[in-house]
Amino acid sequence: MNPRQTETIVEPTGGWRFLDWRELWAYRDLLWLLVWRDFVARYKQTILGPLWFIVQPLLTTLVFTLVFNRFAKIPTSGIAPVLFYQCGLLGWNYFSQTFQSTAATLTGNAGLFGKVYFPRLIIPLAGVVSNLTAFVIQLLTFFVIYAIFAFTGELGEAHIGWNVVLLPLVLLQIGLFSLGAGLWLAALTAKFRDFVVLATFLVQLWMYATPVIYPLVQVPAHWRTLVALNPMTMPVECLRHMLLGTGSVGPHLLMLSLMMTLLTIVSGIFMFKRIEKNFVDVI
Amino acid sequence: MNKPAIEVHGLSKCYQLGAIGTTSLRDEAAALIQKLQGKAPAVDKREFWALRDVSFTIQPGEVVGFIGRNGAGKSTLLKLLSRITEPTRGRAIMRGRVASLLEVGTGFHPELSGRDNIFLNGAILGMTRAEVRAKFDEIVAFAEVGQFIDTPVKRYSSGMYVRLAFAVAAHLEPDILIVDEVLAVGDSEFQKKCLGKMQDVAGGGRTVLFVSHNIGAVTTLTKRCVLLVAGRLLHDGPTSVTLERYLEHTHSTVQTYEAPAQTTPRTHLRRVTTVTSEAAGVQAALRPLTIRIELALAEPLPIGVLVLSLINQFQQIVAQTHLEPIAPLLSGGGAELVCHFPSLRLAPGSYSVSIGLGERPGGRVLDQVNEVCGFEVARLGKGEGAWNQDGGLYLEDSHWARG
Repeated sequence: MNPRQTETIVEPTGGWRFLDWRELWAYRDLLWLLVWRDFVARYKQTILGPLWFIVQPLLTTLVFTLVFNRFAKIPTSGIAPVLFYQCGLLGWNYFSQTFQSTAATLTGNAGLFGKVYFPRLIIPLAGVVSNLTAFVIQLLTFFVIYAIFAFTGELGEAHIGWNVVLLPLVLLQIGLFSLGAGLWLAALTAKFRDFVVLATFLVQLWMYATPVIYPLVQVPAHWRTLVALNPMTMPVECLRHMLLGTGSVGPHLLMLSLMMTLLTIVSGIFMFKRIEKNFVDVI
Repeated sequence: MNKPAIEVHGLSKCYQLGAIGTTSLRDEAAALIQKLQGKAPAVDKREFWALRDVSFTIQPGEVVGFIGRNGAGKSTLLKLLSRITEPTRGRAIMRGRVASLLEVGTGFHPELSGRDNIFLNGAILGMTRAEVRAKFDEIVAFAEVGQFIDTPVKRYSSGMYVRLAFAVAAHLEPDILIVDEVLAVGDSEFQKKCLGKMQDVAGGGRTVLFVSHNIGAVTTLTKRCVLLVAGRLLHDGPTSVTLERYLEHTHSTVQTYEAPAQTTPRTHLRRVTTVTSEAAGVQAALRPLTIRIELALAEPLPIGVLVLSLINQFQQIVAQTHLEPIAPLLSGGGAELVCHFPSLRLAPGSYSVSIGLGERPGGRVLDQVNEVCGFEVARLGKGEGAWNQDGGLYLEDSHWARG
C-alpha cells in the first residue's frame, strides 16, 4: 500500500478547535493559485483593470481634502492634506477590503464548500494575500504624489523615515487583524444574515474611529488610550510616521494595539472553526 | 492482512427541521426573551435523520456501489465521508488519500483559461502543482480540448467544459475515490470513456465508492453494492442481490400514499391512490389506469396547477400530464381529482407517481410528493413474451398494412 499512509477520521467534534497547521501547509499550493486567480480575474473583468486601484483612493483623497480640510478645517499636522489622506487611506483600504472579503467567506463560497472539502481558512487567507496587490499599487501612487510634492518643494515637514523598512510588519498586523475581525463576522453572518448589511456599515463607522482623516494628536490625551484600543489606530499612525515623519506612536499604545490584534485573530479563528464544520447544513 | 480502507461505525446525521437555516437577530432575541421569562421557546424542533446508524467495512481495492432512492441518504453519506459536513454520531476511518467528486468542475473560474483551471481545480481537489504538472498532458489529451487549452472556459461548449472537469478529477490518483453521479453528464461517447477510466482506477488497486441512479453503470463497475432506504442500510452484498432487493423494494411501495399524520400548513396533497387494472399493483399494458388525488387547501387558490409525472425505475420521468386551472374544481377548500389514462402505453417495468401542486404555471410550489404509489406494468394476455421485453420506453399505437 501507499507509504504515506494517512488516516482520515470522520466523527463529531465537540468543543473549540484551533488551527490544523499541517493541513493548511498541505494546501499551500491552493492558496497561491487562489491568490493568482483573484489577481487575473480582477483584471479581466473590469474595463479600467488595475487603474481602479489608483483612481478610487485618489478620488477619495480629493473628496477628503475638500470636505475635511477646506470646509471642516481639520488640521493635518502641517502636512499637505493630499499626502496626509493618501497615506491614511493606505492602511485603511487594505483593512477594509480584507475585512469585507473575509467576512463574505462562508456566504460567498457556499456552493464550493458544499461540494468539496479543503481547509476553509485557505479562502480568507488568499484574500489577505491578494489584497496586497491593491496596497502595493496604492503605495506606488503615494510615492508618485510624494515625488511631485518633493519636486515642487511643497513637502514641508513631510519626509520618509528610515523606519519604513518596518512597513511589512505593520502590514502583517493589519492583515492579521482584518482576518480576525473578518472571521468573526463570517461566523456571525452564517448564523444571522443581519450581519451582511452590518459589515459595510461597520466599516464606514469604523473609519471615523480610526485616525484616517485626523491625526491622533488631535485627540485629547486622556482619550488616546481609548482610541488606541481600536487595533487599526496604531498601524495607521505607524504608516504616517514612516512615510510622512508625523504621527504619535508610543510603546504602550503599540503594545495595547498588538494585544488587541492577537486577541481578535485567536478568538476569530476559534469562532470560525466552530461554525464552519456544519455550515453547509444551514445555508 | 491489510487494514480495511474504510471502516464506518454507526454513522448518523440528524438535521433539525424548522430550525434549519439562519435565523435573524430579531427571532433569536425574541426566543431569548421568552427563555428569560421562563417560557419554552416556540421553535419547531422536529428532527430528521438523513442517515441512521450505518456501518460497513470496505477493503482496499474494492469497488462498492451505493444505491437507493432520492432522499435515502446516499448524498448525506458521501458528504460525511468527504468531510463536507460532520456526522451527528458515529465514526468513519479512511486509510489513504481520499478524493471526492461530488460535482465536476467545482471551483472552475469562467474568466480563466482551460490551462489555468486545470491547476486551480486540481488544487481544490487536493493535488499539488507538481502533481498537476506531471499529469497535465494526459489531462488535456483525455479532455480532448486540444487547441482551446488557452481559451477562457466561459467560451467552452458545455460538453468541453464537462470533459475538462472530469479529466482533472479522473487523474487525481487517490487511494480512495468517492464519486457521485458524475457520469450523468456529457454525451454517451464521453460517458463510456469515463466508465472506462473509472474501471482503470478500480483495476489499479484503488478503493472506489460509487453512487448512481444508473443501474447499468453500477452493474458494470461494482461487484458489491449497499442499499440505503430512509437513511438506514438495508442490504450490503453482491451487486446482483442488492439490485434485486432494490427493485423489490420499489415494487412493494404502497398503492395509496397518505400525507403523514403530523402535517405542516404546507401539506395540501392529502392522499394519492393508483387504481391499476390488475391486483397487487400490476398494470396491464394498454389497459386503463386511474390515479386519484385528494387535495386540501386552507386558503383559496387563484389559479392552481397540478403536475403529474410517471417515473420509471431509473428515476426518469417518462410521462407527464398537467391540470390547470384547478381553482374551479375546488369546493370548500378541498377536492378529489381523478386522472384517467384510457390506455397506458408505458413499456413493461416498475413505475411510480410524482405530483406537484403549484400556485400557477411557473409559480411557487405549494406541495409535492415524490415517487409514491409504485406499480408494475406487464404485458398480459395474447402475444406475451413474443417480443423483446426491453424494446422501447413506451408502446406506440400503429397500423400495419400492405403498401
